[in-house]
Amino acid sequence: MANNYSLGIDVGSTTVKTVITDENGNILYSKYQRHLSKVKETVTEQLKLIQADYPDEEFKVCITGSAGLGLANSAGIAFVQEVHAAFLAVKQKQPDADAVIELGGEDAKIIFLTGGVEQRMNGSCAGGTGAFIDQMATLLGITADELDELSLHAQKVYPIASRCGVFAKSDIQPLLNQGARREDISASIFQAVVDQTVSGLAQGRSIEGKVLFLGGPLFFLKGLRKAFVKTLGLDDEHAVFPEEAPVFVAYGCSIYAASSADPYRINELINKIVTAKASDNIVTGEPLFSSQAEYDEFISRHKRFDLGYADMRTYKGDAYLGIDAGSTTTKLVLITDDGRILYHHYSSNQGQPLDKIADQVKRIYAEMNPEITIRGSAVTGYGEDLIKSGLSVDHGIVETVAHFKAAAYFCPDVDFIIDIGGQDIKCFKIKNKSIDSIMLNEACSSGCGSFIQTFAMALGYDIAEFSRLGLFAEHPVDLGSRCTVFMNSSVKQAQKDGATVEDISAGLSSSIIKNAIYKVIRAKSPDELGKNIVVQGGTFLNDAVLRSFEKEMGRNVIRPAISGLMGAFGCALYAKERAAGEKSSLITAEELETFDYTSRSVNCNGCTAHCQLNIINFGKGRRFISGNRCEKGGGAAVKNKIPNLYEYKYDSLLNVVKTHQPRKYRGTVGLPLALSFYEQLPFWHMLFTTLGFRTVISDESSRQMYYLGQHTIPSDTVCYPAKLSHGHIENLLDKGVDFIFYPCMSYNIDEGESDNHFNCPVVAYYPELLLANNPRLNNNNFIHPYMDLNIRKNVINVMSKALAKYNIKGRIPDAVDKAYEAMDRYLTDISNKAKEIIEQARAEKRNIIVLAGRPYHIDKEINHGIHKLITSLGMAVVTEDSVASLAKTPKLGVLNQWTYHSRLYRAANYVTTQPDMQLVQLVSFGCGIDAVTGDEVRNILESKGKLYTQLKIDEINNLGAARIRLRSLVAAMEQK
Amino acid sequence: MPEYAKFTEDMIKTHTILVPDMLPIHFKMLCRIFEAEGYKMELLQNDSRAVVDEGLKNVHNDACYPALLVIGQFMDALNSGKYDVNKTALLITQTGGGCRASNYIHLLRKAVDKNYPQVPVVSLNFSGLEKDSAFRITPAMFVKLLHAVLYGDLLMTCYNKCRAYEVNKGESKKMLDKWQNRMGNIFRKKEKKYLKTKKIYRDILNDFASIELSSEKKIKVGIVGEIYVKYSPLANNHLEDFLISEGCEPVVPSLLEFVMYCAAGTFNDADIYDNHNKMSLAYKMGYKLLYAKQKELIKVMKEQGGFEPLHDFEHLRKLADKYINQGVVMGEGWLIPAEMAALAKSGVENIICTQPFGCLPNHIVAKGMSRAIKQDNPNANIVAIDYDPGATRVNQENRIKLMLANARL
Repeated sequence: MANNYSLGIDVGSTTVKTVITDENGNILYSKYQRHLSKVKETVTEQLKLIQADYPDEEFKVCITGSAGLGLANSAGIAFVQEVHAAFLAVKQKQPDADAVIELGGEDAKIIFLTGGVEQRMNGSCAGGTGAFIDQMATLLGITADELDELSLHAQKVYPIASRCGVFAKSDIQPLLNQGARREDISASIFQAVVDQTVSGLAQGRSIEGKVLFLGGPLFFLKGLRKAFVKTLGLDDEHAVFPEEAPVFVAYGCSIYAASSADPYRINELINKIVTAKASDNIVTGEPLFSSQAEYDEFISRHKRFDLGYADMRTYKGDAYLGIDAGSTTTKLVLITDDGRILYHHYSSNQGQPLDKIADQVKRIYAEMNPEITIRGSAVTGYGEDLIKSGLSVDHGIVETVAHFKAAAYFCPDVDFIIDIGGQDIKCFKIKNKSIDSIMLNEACSSGCGSFIQTFAMALGYDIAEFSRLGLFAEHPVDLGSRCTVFMNSSVKQAQKDGATVEDISAGLSSSIIKNAIYKVIRAKSPDELGKNIVVQGGTFLNDAVLRSFEKEMGRNVIRPAISGLMGAFGCALYAKERAAGEKSSLITAEELETFDYTSRSVNCNGCTAHCQLNIINFGKGRRFISGNRCEKGGGAAVKNKIPNLYEYKYDSLLNVVKTHQPRKYRGTVGLPLALSFYEQLPFWHMLFTTLGFRTVISDESSRQMYYLGQHTIPSDTVCYPAKLSHGHIENLLDKGVDFIFYPCMSYNIDEGESDNHFNCPVVAYYPELLLANNPRLNNNNFIHPYMDLNIRKNVINVMSKALAKYNIKGRIPDAVDKAYEAMDRYLTDISNKAKEIIEQARAEKRNIIVLAGRPYHIDKEINHGIHKLITSLGMAVVTEDSVASLAKTPKLGVLNQWTYHSRLYRAANYVTTQPDMQLVQLVSFGCGIDAVTGDEVRNILESKGKLYTQLKIDEINNLGAARIRLRSLVAAMEQK
Repeated sequence: MPEYAKFTEDMIKTHTILVPDMLPIHFKMLCRIFEAEGYKMELLQNDSRAVVDEGLKNVHNDACYPALLVIGQFMDALNSGKYDVNKTALLITQTGGGCRASNYIHLLRKAVDKNYPQVPVVSLNFSGLEKDSAFRITPAMFVKLLHAVLYGDLLMTCYNKCRAYEVNKGESKKMLDKWQNRMGNIFRKKEKKYLKTKKIYRDILNDFASIELSSEKKIKVGIVGEIYVKYSPLANNHLEDFLISEGCEPVVPSLLEFVMYCAAGTFNDADIYDNHNKMSLAYKMGYKLLYAKQKELIKVMKEQGGFEPLHDFEHLRKLADKYINQGVVMGEGWLIPAEMAALAKSGVENIICTQPFGCLPNHIVAKGMSRAIKQDNPNANIVAIDYDPGATRVNQENRIKLMLANARL
């Protein structure tokens, strides 16, 4: 071997990189190329290019990268883990770097070099990577480069959930629909990526010194770089973006090869890659159609469900307009008096729903026969409020009602409706001609239509062609059904294992269906859905998806030909029913000529929530405000205040610490306003103040508070209430208290109504985690004793020990007794207030919602103001604990062993006895225990004919889904 | 609560009880012990995608992976047609702590009730739950089960070591099979030969020591974590096999540690919460008995010298105190940080912490304690791997490979 050359091949999730180095580690050659999931072909192609230049050379070869592992194994070529390869490269090229951040297509990595080498990679559940940025760009209808360009002109950054791509999407969509600037959204997307990296990967270790940034996205996207540099507070000297960044890992791989791998000629290598056997461990299912005849029957069967059409240029008479301003698409339908379609439209809203719809209305006015009178109009969907005020639409209705109206038009006895759109799955069970229960998809059950589309695009197909391919696939692959992020990697794996595009297309269709049936609807058998099922939504226009559904359910279903337009059609039907006047209030053709708007965002100063408002000005004094949680921000005058126990409880809790503080004190104790303190604060406050301490609580929760402690969170899948406590600890430390007191408790108060009275593991032991992960805490400034509040003697002993250095042992029993009394007083006051609220609501003939969660759900940053949303719908709100004592525990099918959760069962049982009450369960994302309680609470309520509504909450600030559910609940209550 | 099918006296003779594939070595002996009492048992081995699919169908999306797999494995077995569903019962373990796991039996019953209402579910627990079942553990059986844990742990330890280094492929497996059969026979017989612990321990140790091993140095990788995912190959995608194929020696802490952790929890709580009663005293005595048994095994292992002895449990407790209070008793509680520390201290610095995605106690005791353990043991190389129906094997293996790359640093 003449030259000691080595070759590194980096096969990432989206790109292939090759680098050749000589014996001194100099880069002789490098190439960077997208592989569009054709891994083997792209690698071979690159090798051929190298072969042209080095036909006879021998290379020591090694493969790296997330998609390289399988290839290396099957081809029998050495493999090096990619983070390790990056590490080797850094050692060689940038030996004085302190930390490395590398973002790839689907992975994010961080390497700490000084102060203990550590290499980390994102866990399975994480957004914030190149693919995520691509996805977000698609959502905005632009390329990643355009997104980058836009971001440089941002004026502000919105908080966008960074943990999961699905969450981020649901934060971005409402912003788009409310007309936020795309420049600002672009910058916010980059900021989310930065936050995800800093919190999810660094986890407590600060990123300091000279930081090296690697990977394609960080190399190509200036806005992303800017966000990283700014967030980490780096200057030019300490933020290094090496020229070789895109091929850096391949370079490290080549370095690794030089020291340990075997030499090959390129033709040998190509041969190895080409003949590499794909593993045969893919699981496959049945084909969708066994024969052409079966397919033909299927097509003709579904043809039956179509509407009549009329020409709007010749038709004369009344017409009704329905608009569905969905999260990513815009749908319009104009119908005649007898339900024939005059005009229909379906398109992506490209992040500008208002403009798109205004254009369509213009077009209708321009093309329709002047003898048509539009007598009514209605709008639904995420953009409902914006469109309604912007275009003066007559009615705004909730999506569920719109879809039900449309489905019932095709099938009056419909039992079940399932709508799969681009971003959402919505399912409704119909009982007695009204909506009985609603199921919507959540983050971990998010596989929807847009996923197929994104994937088709990634593979270079258009969506229609891609789904046609799946129809006659022989071996559809089984891809699992959890979330889109996971599905993505399942697809990658299937591809590596040699699945064809046809098989993947069919597999994706079936995944979406399995996700809908087993994750969203949670059906165990087809019978649960009833006899007459109507399927709709744009995704069901895909025959492969429709067929998968029929196959999985084992029965035929109805798919109207206007499947994608059902929401708009339902609106049109609604507008027709309600048409009263001569003419719709819809914006006229003349007004449309001069239609224009400006948008700006401000912070509301109506209350301490400081909602971020988007104000859109349509001129002539008409404006639309969004982002507000209560009526105040919306500009409406607050009339009769609707009683709300969440607010009362929150205020009384905070007021507790304002009283009884000793004038002279022996020390200051900090109590974090987190988890169990949302109930037990009165106890601890009284105990400490009686003993002569001053108590200080942490400030109210906010997104800022979360960021304050974000770097000390070791597990990014824990619930948001727990994550917030990290910020509260930092906040208390900054306040300079003598010590923070936060007890550990396996057991909560025994309320005598459950099999046991545990806390959940997180509430019980979170102090241990805080101590272990916040370097500012130690056993002196953080006192976290174990105790059982049910055992007075234990509390006295433990507190005597904990406060031994203050020499106040003798005073402790009395203080403990006073504390118990204070706790009692507080709880009694809350339940009295609940009675008062219920009486007042009944006097005012209002419905009452038991908003059932945990004590800490009264935190505004945790509940995101959902209680205000409920009062804005005219209903009163009480808490689960305030009514739990009014009922006994019903018979349960589960072990009832957690105090907080046991209250849910009793509250639900109570609600079943009150005609004017409904229960809405608040569930924090990641609460595994609510996987148990949710089903049980549903059973209790539904067995007595009550509705069950569950709202999942996390750090995302988007109340869109909550609003749909609550409005649907109101609609269903009105019908009952 | 709906009335579920009960396991009655006469079913002992008529019904086959299916056992989930949790600890393959230990549970085989467990089956033999019950067979000696007249029960018919079968250890499930079904391990296909259908297991996961059935789990997904029958268990809530957010329930954890072990529940999903155990229930999926049962449902897949019942669907297979291999068993007469009118003569089949299901066995599930139940701990009764503050973790979600206590509810598995109820989730299983819900799933079974939908499709096979006649199939009874029996609970294997030592907390006196489910008193109305004819499936009972007599004191004599309890003693046998305890011994099965000891023998199982020893076999597992010897087997893992030998198969990582064996010169003749398959020799260790043969040895394991031989001893599993032998132990099965011993447990099935009337005479109490299994009580001759010292002799049997020595025989096992010497037998395994006779296997020819290579002197090659291998990276030792400790496996800790949630009890089901840690031991069950079905749940952890055959983690031990993968590690061996990567040229590592898997080191899996013993089941006895978990048993003793549970026992210690009962009297610890009594101490912490000033809540002493007769039961807590009895548990303390039981614990002392267990500890004596463990010490005996450790002593024999040390004497023989060929294999790394189990961690002394009192030593584990002391190690735990450095990081976390022994009041943390939900899930695997304080045991996980203690085991991680013990492994690191005994030279097994590379540690995989296995857990179901979103496992509640593990937020605290696993991911939450890594930092503190690494601070004390700068060479500790810990990776947390989440297991979940959607997580791909490639993804998990890539992260393990990263950990191994660090091990070679």
